[in-house]
Amino acid sequence: MQPTNTKDPQYYHKVVDCQWGCPAHTDVPGYIRLIAQGKYTESYMLNRESNVFPGILGRVCDRPCEPVCRRVRVEDEPVAICRLKRVADDLKGDYKHLLPPVPETKNGKKIACIGAGCASLTVANDLLPLGYEIDLFESLPETGGLIRSNIPKFRLPPRVIDEEFDVIVERGVNLHLNHPIESMKNLLEEDYNAIFVGTGAPKGRELDLPGRYESDQVFVGIAWLESVAFEHIDSVGERVVIIGGGNTAMDCCRSSLRLGGKDVKVVYRGSRDRMKSSDWELEPALDEDIDLILNHSPEEYVVENGKLVGMRFAKLKWDQDDNGKLTSEKIDEIVIPCDTVILAIGQENTFPWVERDIGMEFDQWEVPVVDPVTYESTVKGVFFGGDAAFGPKNIIEAVEHGHQAAISIHKYCNTEPLTDRLDYGMNLMSAKMGLHEWSYSNDYDYDKRFEVPTVPMDSRFKDINIEVELGFEPGQFRREVERCLNCDIQTDFVANLCIECDACIDVCPVDCLMITDNADEDVLRSKIKTPAENPEQALFVSEDLPHTGRVMLKDEDVCIHCGLCAERCPTAAWDMKKFELLIPYAMDEDKQTNAMQAEAV
Amino acid sequence: MSYIKKPKILRDNAKRNELGMTYTDYEGSMSTLCAGCGHDAITGAIIETVFDLNIPPHRMIKLSGIGCSSKTPAYFANQSHGFNAVHGRMPSVATGAQSANSQMYYIGVSGDGDTLSIGIGQFAHAIRRNLNMLYIIENNGVYGLTKGQFSASADIGSTAKKGAPNLQTPIDPCQMAISLGATFVARSFSGDREQLVPLLKSGLMHRGFALIDVISPCVTFNDHEGSTKSYIHTREHINEAVYTDYIHPLSEIKVDYPEGSTLEVDLHNGGKVILSKAHKNYSPVNRSDAIRSVRESDDRGEILTGLLYIDESQADFIENENTIETPLNELSYQNLCPGSEKLAKLQQRYK
Ligand SMILES: Cc1cc2nc3c(=O)[nH]c(=O)nc-3n(C[C@H](O)[C@H](O)[C@H](O)COP(=O)(O)OP(=O)(O)OC[C@H]3O[C@@H](n4cnc5c(N)ncnc54)[C@H](O)[C@@H]3O)c2cc1C
Ligand SMILES: Cc1ncc(C[n+]2csc(CCOP(=O)(O)OP(=O)(O)O)c2C)c(N)n1
Ligand code: SF4
Ligand code: SF4
Ligand code: SF4
Ligand SMILES: [Mg+2]
Repeated sequence: MQPTNTKDPQYYHKVVDCQWGCPAHTDVPGYIRLIAQGKYTESYMLNRESNVFPGILGRVCDRPCEPVCRRVRVEDEPVAICRLKRVADDLKGDYKHLLPPVPETKNGKKIACIGAGCASLTVANDLLPLGYEIDLFESLPETGGLIRSNIPKFRLPPRVIDEEFDVIVERGVNLHLNHPIESMKNLLEEDYNAIFVGTGAPKGRELDLPGRYESDQVFVGIAWLESVAFEHIDSVGERVVIIGGGNTAMDCCRSSLRLGGKDVKVVYRGSRDRMKSSDWELEPALDEDIDLILNHSPEEYVVENGKLVGMRFAKLKWDQDDNGKLTSEKIDEIVIPCDTVILAIGQENTFPWVERDIGMEFDQWEVPVVDPVTYESTVKGVFFGGDAAFGPKNIIEAVEHGHQAAISIHKYCNTEPLTDRLDYGMNLMSAKMGLHEWSYSNDYDYDKRFEVPTVPMDSRFKDINIEVELGFEPGQFRREVERCLNCDIQTDFVANLCIECDACIDVCPVDCLMITDNADEDVLRSKIKTPAENPEQALFVSEDLPHTGRVMLKDEDVCIHCGLCAERCPTAAWDMKKFELLIPYAMDEDKQTNAMQAEAV
Repeated sequence: MSYIKKPKILRDNAKRNELGMTYTDYEGSMSTLCAGCGHDAITGAIIETVFDLNIPPHRMIKLSGIGCSSKTPAYFANQSHGFNAVHGRMPSVATGAQSANSQMYYIGVSGDGDTLSIGIGQFAHAIRRNLNMLYIIENNGVYGLTKGQFSASADIGSTAKKGAPNLQTPIDPCQMAISLGATFVARSFSGDREQLVPLLKSGLMHRGFALIDVISPCVTFNDHEGSTKSYIHTREHINEAVYTDYIHPLSEIKVDYPEGSTLEVDLHNGGKVILSKAHKNYSPVNRSDAIRSVRESDDRGEILTGLLYIDESQADFIENENTIETPLNELSYQNLCPGSEKLAKLQQRYK
């Protein structure tokens, strides 16, 4: 194999599994370490740099980082990355003065952002310090988008949304609430230098079966949740059936329990492993005694005298045909009696306000064609992000879209090519403090994951505003942070220092090193004491070693970053180095700011 | 040494031997030797050896004298028996232990100081007795533990850290052992585990005294320019005379050796060694040949390695002394203690 190029920031970035897995590439181990040091404000700010809404995300993030956390490959449970973020939010001090200043003199460029969700607000967050004027249009009376209108208050209290959205708005956004944009054509005629569309995927999918429109007790989940959020709906029937198996279904069923539902069932057509809901959304629902009924496909709304009395389902048996395709067979039929049905079977993008004759290309699903790198539509200067760009995703994806769109908008306004973007950079600094002393907590902690305390069952349903999770207690989070394996503290190898004494190989607690003759990757992977069997994780191959010409191998898969290899190395051929990923934002792309910084130095 | 303890993490795909044990199960406490010490690598090779040979830890005794090298039995097989003897006196403790129980695996770990200075007498007689043990010399040319004085294995002209050359003639444990009638003599290098592990396996399965002299650089006191026991000097001057492969009793020979190029020796305690010559004229079963070759390569400033000499036909200590094979702790009280009448009779003979 060719020697590994560790000068490429993406090599070490990939070693930090959580950061790599995070769409916005949040420096997770960095902020966890700051919490461990009691630096909560710094931890919050480190988060904010990449994910903009740490308080919100610390409660409701989809957390793609956790399933990929290294800890899962060493023991059972990932570090409670998401809930530690909430700790930083709960304990932070004032931080407004730490934000990059917004210049008084504007740069003369005006941007329209449509929809006051997290995508648009990220665009505003990134562009304000560059002197842009931002007009933000929102059809609802409040900011927040689906975060406010759909995520129930028992998961995310409104004060958290207020704080994090207001911080950005108060930095100088011209906010126009109750102001739906009804024509893209008209907007294009106004004097905006660029337009950002962050209108989300606002339509819940319908289920058009017999009886659908014969009663007024059938609701579309996301519209229903919005009505609940804005208190247009404050009760449900005692017996509620929710159709669907995703996170929206979970929010609907748990909300129902708080609005008078006594017998609440979630009915899904497939098996449990096909449900789209995350474990951490399903489990609390089951804890709250929701009935989960699997393999039942809806057939009819049973309505008597204009009143919904039940829902008829076909019981299905699933099989795989010869091509591995799933097929179903109806084996029975039941009517589940109920007073309310809530449909939670998906969301769609609709753009009724975008005229089809403005030169914007739409795909077969009537969704605009958007470039996955620049986020530009086929109309120059019109950018999309968040759920509006590629269909319903989640908050952290929307934030990342916002960052990227902001870069594009800045380039567009400066007539620079949109694809000419900065690469990632990195800082690498030795973590050595003394002979056996490191600037991080390198010992392995055997603790199992701590559970976040919650409001007891008997008092949580009284009011839909009661936040269920209470957040980690100090005694818990101070130990939970120690479970982090410090993946950002990299094992950095300098081949020409190695004297091939084998000390590192013998001391490694997970047997992930080896010195051997160079060969093909398969052979090398098998040579490691405990073979490197996870092809998704990189195999490091050094330059030729000076004494014998062999190579040093390291399987990145389960290294616990304990630093023992570096401690046992007599020549410091291995060193532990703190890796910092430098992520370019709109401000970094700004030639003027950079020139000014260079001058100041 | 390191401050944190090596964490215990069991990987799903960790290798297990026939006893279901992992490498970790054969480890000991954290080494307190200097980082990069050759002795630690030999410890690693010993762990690999006993793991591969499926040795039940309770059937193994680790013995040593005094020195950095002699500390190492604490760093492997912490479920096995051990005896850390007085400086240079490990062979007599081994003799006593073996008289009481010949059914154990004996691993002695010593240093060039422990063996060739204070312990040279005991060493010579352990060879003559043909004690059934693996005797490893972790040879670094200095007394590491007492801060790097030249040992008896230091070459003439090899310099100390501050530049003073050694003027006394070195003792080569291999030449000495072959001439004293040792039945298994090998040399290797801590930095060449591929060579070392099969030698350790063969030595442990050999019946009789198996000496392995392992060049094991002292990173702190003897790894500088001018030293002839440094990593780099050893690597540059090594000359492998005989390739050794150890074949487990139940496994098949995987490598194809060209006809007539190899020599197979069945080992008394299980398995066999396959020796293939790197040098045409070398004969690892001819004592005079072996001594001459080692001597000649020494004169050329080369370090001859591999299984230098083997004779599997000799009776060991237990057979020669005609002592009982059953461990004494398994004998009944009646058999162990013949009673006062028999004692009186015995004493009668010495009156
Ligand atoms: C029930 C439910 C629960 C969810 N839970 C989570 C969760 O726990 N974690 C998570 O990460 N994600 C969750 N999501 C997904 C997440 O809310 C969205 O992915 C995210 O909010 C998308 O952000 P956005 O900025 O793209 O759009 P949105 O948040 O949808 O914001 C779009 C805004 O644009 C406004 N708008 C639309 N059209 C116009 C127009 N023409 N003119 C003016 N304004 C307009 C809308 O009123 C809205 O305020 C959930 C979604 C649902 C439906
Ligand atoms: C009876 C006695 N004499 C002297 C010493 C001091 N002493 C301790 S270790 C040692 C030499 C060890 O050298 P070696 O066996 O080569 O071990 P190394 O440390 O080099 O591995 C000496 C002389 C002692 N401990 N006991
Ligand atoms: S162990 Fe820590 S740094 Fe590594 S993936 Fe998990 S949270 Fe991230
Ligand atoms: S830091 Fe070094 S010793 Fe520790 S697990 Fe990783 S490779 Fe092994
Ligand atoms: S401990 Fe250092 S010198 Fe020794 S083999 Fe490992 S990297 Fe090389
Ligand atoms: Mg010594």
